[in-house]
Amino acid sequence: MTGRMRLPQGGLVKRDETLSFTFNGKSYKGLAGDSLAAALLANGVHLVGRSFKYHRPRGIVSAGAEEPNALLQVGDDPRTEPNLKATQVELVAGLKAAAQNAWPSVDFDVGAVNSLAARFLPSGFYYKTFMWPASAWKTYEHFIRRAAGLGRSPSRRDPDRYDKTFAHCDVLVVGAGPAGLAAALAAGRAGARVVLVEQDHLLGGALLSQPGTAIDGKPALDWVAAAEAELAALPEVRVLKRTVCHAAFDHNFFGLVESVTDHLPQPPEQLPRKRLWKLRAKQAVFCCGAIERPMVFADNDRPGVMTASAVRSYINRYAVRPGRRAVVFTNNDSGYGAALDMEAAGIEVAAVVDTRPVPAGPLSERAEALGLRILSDSAVIAVEGKKRVRRVRVAELDAEGKNWVGAPQVIDCDLVANSGGWNPTVHLFCQAKGRLRWDDVHGCFVPDKAMQWGQHVAGAANGAFGLGACLREGAAAGAGAAADCGFAEASSAAPQAENHDFLPGRWLWLIPGEQPLGRKAKHFVDQQNDVTAADLRLALREGYSSIEHVKRYTTTGMATDQGKMGNVNAIGIVAEALDRHLPDVGVTTFRPPYTPVTFGIFAGRDVDDLLDPVRRTPMHAWHERNGALFEDVGQWRRAWYYPREGEDMHAAVNREVKATRDSLGILDATTLGKIDIQGPDAATFLDRVYTNGWLKLGVGRCRYGLMLKEDGMVMDDGVTTRLGEQHYLMTTTSGNAAAVLAHLEDYLQTEWPDLRVYLTSVTEQFATMTLSGPNARSLLAEMTDADLSPGALPHMAFTPGKVAGVPARIFRISFTGELSYEINVPASFGMAVWQALMTAGERYGITPYGTEAMHVLRAEKGFIIVGQETDGSVTPLDLDMGWIVSKTKDFIGKRSLTRADMAKPDRKQLVGLLTSDPQVVLPEGAQLVEKVLPQPPMPMLGHVTSSYWSPNCGRSIALALVKGGLARKGETLYAPLADGRVIPCVVAESPVFFDPEGERLK
Amino acid sequence: MIESYLRQSALDHLGLAARAGDAPAGAAVIMAEKTLPAAVNLRGNKENPAFAAAVLEALGLQLPLEPNSVAAGDGLVLLWLGPDEWLALAHNAPPEAEAQLAAKLRAALGDLHAAVTEVGESLACIHLAGPRARDVIAKGCPLDLHPRAFGGVGHCAQSHLAKTGVLLHQVGPENNGAPAFDLYTRRSFSDYLWRWLEDAGREYGLVVVAP
Repeated sequence: MTGRMRLPQGGLVKRDETLSFTFNGKSYKGLAGDSLAAALLANGVHLVGRSFKYHRPRGIVSAGAEEPNALLQVGDDPRTEPNLKATQVELVAGLKAAAQNAWPSVDFDVGAVNSLAARFLPSGFYYKTFMWPASAWKTYEHFIRRAAGLGRSPSRRDPDRYDKTFAHCDVLVVGAGPAGLAAALAAGRAGARVVLVEQDHLLGGALLSQPGTAIDGKPALDWVAAAEAELAALPEVRVLKRTVCHAAFDHNFFGLVESVTDHLPQPPEQLPRKRLWKLRAKQAVFCCGAIERPMVFADNDRPGVMTASAVRSYINRYAVRPGRRAVVFTNNDSGYGAALDMEAAGIEVAAVVDTRPVPAGPLSERAEALGLRILSDSAVIAVEGKKRVRRVRVAELDAEGKNWVGAPQVIDCDLVANSGGWNPTVHLFCQAKGRLRWDDVHGCFVPDKAMQWGQHVAGAANGAFGLGACLREGAAAGAGAAADCGFAEASSAAPQAENHDFLPGRWLWLIPGEQPLGRKAKHFVDQQNDVTAADLRLALREGYSSIEHVKRYTTTGMATDQGKMGNVNAIGIVAEALDRHLPDVGVTTFRPPYTPVTFGIFAGRDVDDLLDPVRRTPMHAWHERNGALFEDVGQWRRAWYYPREGEDMHAAVNREVKATRDSLGILDATTLGKIDIQGPDAATFLDRVYTNGWLKLGVGRCRYGLMLKEDGMVMDDGVTTRLGEQHYLMTTTSGNAAAVLAHLEDYLQTEWPDLRVYLTSVTEQFATMTLSGPNARSLLAEMTDADLSPGALPHMAFTPGKVAGVPARIFRISFTGELSYEINVPASFGMAVWQALMTAGERYGITPYGTEAMHVLRAEKGFIIVGQETDGSVTPLDLDMGWIVSKTKDFIGKRSLTRADMAKPDRKQLVGLLTSDPQVVLPEGAQLVEKVLPQPPMPMLGHVTSSYWSPNCGRSIALALVKGGLARKGETLYAPLADGRVIPCVVAESPVFFDPEGERLK
Repeated sequence: MIESYLRQSALDHLGLAARAGDAPAGAAVIMAEKTLPAAVNLRGNKENPAFAAAVLEALGLQLPLEPNSVAAGDGLVLLWLGPDEWLALAHNAPPEAEAQLAAKLRAALGDLHAAVTEVGESLACIHLAGPRARDVIAKGCPLDLHPRAFGGVGHCAQSHLAKTGVLLHQVGPENNGAPAFDLYTRRSFSDYLWRWLEDAGREYGLVVVAP
């Protein structure tokens, strides 16, 4: 037997498939097809948690997404998830669940003392209590966080995998109840691409809990089965079960979360646990149904108080008796459905308490005919029983329903099924900014006008509560949505069914209790956030009259609840207190997500080595094989240095730097940005984007250029070569390649469309290797057919040729100050040419050097690196590079350079810096001061931008940006460090520390 | 003559040849690295009839003017990339083919203002095919790949796939087979893209096959 409260027959559960699970460490058995909540109830477990603020014992209230109490911690760390609604968790074998917010147990919870202190926890409690003194907030926060936590997050990283996907469709249908199925069928039959989303693992919605209903004269579930089969056969229809549409964004963009494996006891390893669908629909039909509204009465949170529709679900869908002796408390006809179902299932119905003076409606009439005890014009004014309902007290109401009259009668019961009416589930419609209107007859807000194109609402979500109307509206909306996408309406007639809704009703927002409101008993409006009617009244007394303010001050309808159960009751109570018409109070904002979404799904596969691309050069594998350590330059991974056995970074870099100057080094420079420039106006174009002149550069010659942004600050630099009459190749820094191309295209397309120039990125077309050092020419000469003699190929010149048998471009340019050749070969030949050079270069002791050695070599020459010596606030004049700024022509940024601010003598300027103790290497980023004060703050002059040990100079060298630095040559400055050391250093005469005459380039 | 055995694909380090087998019957999705393409990027003014004529003369193909359409000829395709940009592309070509293709175009274009740039070396090509191929791509690409939206065989589009730029060219189905795509990416990103696709295709049992 799977629980003493299981009915002997009926339900949609599989009786031959028993599943074991544990709750709070105790073992239970349920059936396949159970929700966790159903399985708990089948075992007689009502008490599932303690409330958020007062730690009151709480039981299962609903059978769906609106559940405020049964929020459980499911699974073992690290595969554990908090705040799962037991009503939505599918039971699987071995499932482990535990209550939250209760210590040491739900039966005995220490935090329940809060209940005694309730009058000290009014609305706005945190605001009132923890404001002063401000400095104590850190202490308060620690305790608030611990007390406020519902559930625990995993202690280790999530071992599961998550998937994300884009998706597109013509018509999205949310909800597969009668309206949704009818809509999907209509749109699908018309030929539209349809996505039907259902949060449940079964299609049918409310029909699953109402087995007696008929559609087209047959049992409703037969119609559901036929619809499911037809949808499965339509090639352009996709049905997503166990999928929540949690968010509606602009332009019919939706977020869907599909639970892929949570319902599987042993998920296949290759499947993701959940999938995020980023869906773009042309049209959307919201068929989200309605959620039954509880009534607000005294101590309405006792375990055993449930919504009437939940009682029907547990009996009909899960074959579970939620109690043995029940009282139904209703203000409309639908509550009688629970009474009839209970009667049929053998649950004693002690009484139906109806606030209406005259019970009416088809279900009421049947109950009357059955001879059920009906107490009209009455209300439940008290509920007894702490951990489970034991009895209720019922009294007659006065004409206005504000007070009770006469003598209350006591009715023993363990279950209260209550219905306060129905609220259309308008969350997605409202997230998409749809407008609501108040329906006085049905006592609820219903969709009025969609504010985004192509959005429709059908069925109960639209305030059409009868089954016949659901089917009609669904079919019409589905066909209409398909037609708006250009698919002719199919001529299928809407299925037929009876069309009773829950009218008539008597909408009372607050049921009087035995004592005045706020005394002793609590009237809960929002059970999840522990907000009572008295809290709302207090907020109003304290001056909050906007419903949005009341919401924030009391927290009603906040967080994961999103007002599913309590929102309209709260608005009704506020309206009554303010003596305003309910719709004039307005509704609060609906925000995504509709139900909580696990974080992992947003990460998807953007984790570990797929988090971000690692860009590899054609020679990457060689660097790996030869022990290189790598550094990230943008997304590129560049060889940093190549330590040999026993070498630390310092030793390796020193060796690479020495070897390059002494004989020959080789660098993988593939990552340099390369832009191919063609067209008759190419030279004019270059002349405008670089600070120096380009009109006279000869074919086969190279020139260094500096590029500024409009504000006159250095943006990028690099060497550009004239390959042909109208053909140039620009190089950019590795990290800036894409930004420079975008900058240039921007100017070509918007500012200078008259220039006949085409740009094409060729960064990746070539593998680039730099030979540098006194033996560079000797080695290359052995490998090429090109004439390398200084006359034929001087410094800053280019020649095509073959290198190691491969067509190549050879540029004689230098970033090290050594004789140097940059060789471009087609990328696929990069590895072969590199290896050929390494083999042939052995006799010169060819040494691969990485980016660190490259930095040292260029710093020895005082060459800048954009992004290291510059930070977006540095002009060429600040860099003492006035020589490259043309005075005769215009260029981007020129006008900014004439601003008075640019000529200020105290601008930060780039200088060389030599520590007084040559052995000491300044840390990069060190601040520089003129005078050291005992402690900060002290006036700062600037900072060190580059600093290295230079093996070639036999001392440390540094570059720095210093206020008025160019006028400070010879001055001593100080670098006070965080560790207390103060390093004196002298501003050098020149930032060129090595070979100042440039002899070695010749 | 250039020694083609010296060439190395950007995915060489993955040792795909050793993993790649024949496509099993009924595979939901298969993936292969295609050999290094020869490709030339072409810029020019489509309004100038001489430009289209020169292209036709050099390549024997009509310049595709409809966005995202592809002109296909004998071993050569011409893909529309933008209002003034196209990509001429050939597979299984010798290493000299790219320069020859560019030279042919340059000769035909003469003094016209146009740009012919060799770019095949910068590309890697991953072939993805099978009934679930679209589902794999959709995990990282925001384009609608449904034939009603994408256009089916003979269409191409530039977009992003995961965190890389990508040029998609639908090359199948032929004869009612499963959809097939050639995905072009910059070669430095191809290692990432390959591993990403393998991971995305895992739930469908993606199989690595020989090109």
